Amino acid sequence: MENILQEIGIDNYIYLSALLFCVGIFGVLYRRNAIVMFMSIEIMLNAVNLLLVAFSTYHQDAEGQVFVFFSMAVAAAEVAVGLAILVAIYRNLNNIDIDNLKKLKG
Amino acid sequence: MLTVFYILSAITLATAFLTILSKNPIHSAIYLVLCFFSIAGHYLLFNAQFLAIVHIIVYSGAIMILMLFTIMLMNLNKEDEQNKPLLTRIAAAVSFCLVAFVLLAAFVKSQRVHEYKASGEDFQSIKVLGQVLLNEYMVPFEFASVLLLVSMIGAVLLSKKEHINN
Repeated sequence: MENILQEIGIDNYIYLSALLFCVGIFGVLYRRNAIVMFMSIEIMLNAVNLLLVAFSTYHQDAEGQVFVFFSMAVAAAEVAVGLAILVAIYRNLNNIDIDNLKKLKG
Repeated sequence: MLTVFYILSAITLATAFLTILSKNPIHSAIYLVLCFFSIAGHYLLFNAQFLAIVHIIVYSGAIMILMLFTIMLMNLNKEDEQNKPLLTRIAAAVSFCLVAFVLLAAFVKSQRVHEYKASGEDFQSIKVLGQVLLNEYMVPFEFASVLLLVSMIGAVLLSKKEHINN
């Protein structure tokens, strides 16, 4: 059973996942387009999944990978519901600019 | 293997940045597909074959098709999005740098518990994963199916509601 952890430490994967998570945060804060914000959330989810797989391999335990399956199922459900909400917003406002959604601001 | 890791990491980070920075949502989606493929490459480096396949099918297949479909449905494939105010963008960049700095500093300072030693035991083949999933995690597995069903019904209901009211 060869894998990458025999050649490089887990540190590199921790750094990669942290950076990828930060890129996702940047996307959520930087863009106004709701779909691109969704994509940034996917990037954040993927960063966490990557770290879960890395630690699952590090501890040689299958349970981390099972958790990744569940988080993939949750991500799929989230995208389906979120895109349905976006379609409903688009029908009402004719755009999905996130800055137009401030009716709850009071 | 080390070179493969660095190339894949560079592709992952670069395409993630391009996803956010490209003006056209279609380009964002295509860069995101590349990002997902490179993450599947990382899974293959860990020798987690089943997870790599599932990742490609679920993310690059299902989720990205759904997003592209929505983008084309809303006719968003043009570059007319206005930027946020300059102050907001600067604040976003600063908070990105700060979060990255804090996370990286915390992880650089922390010490590893033990060095990785391969025991040669089989722990991530499809056979083992299936046994773990259907023995120990049987109930969460069933609940995941309920969750998917509920989200499917919810998505249909949300996008149908306009017609019921009219």
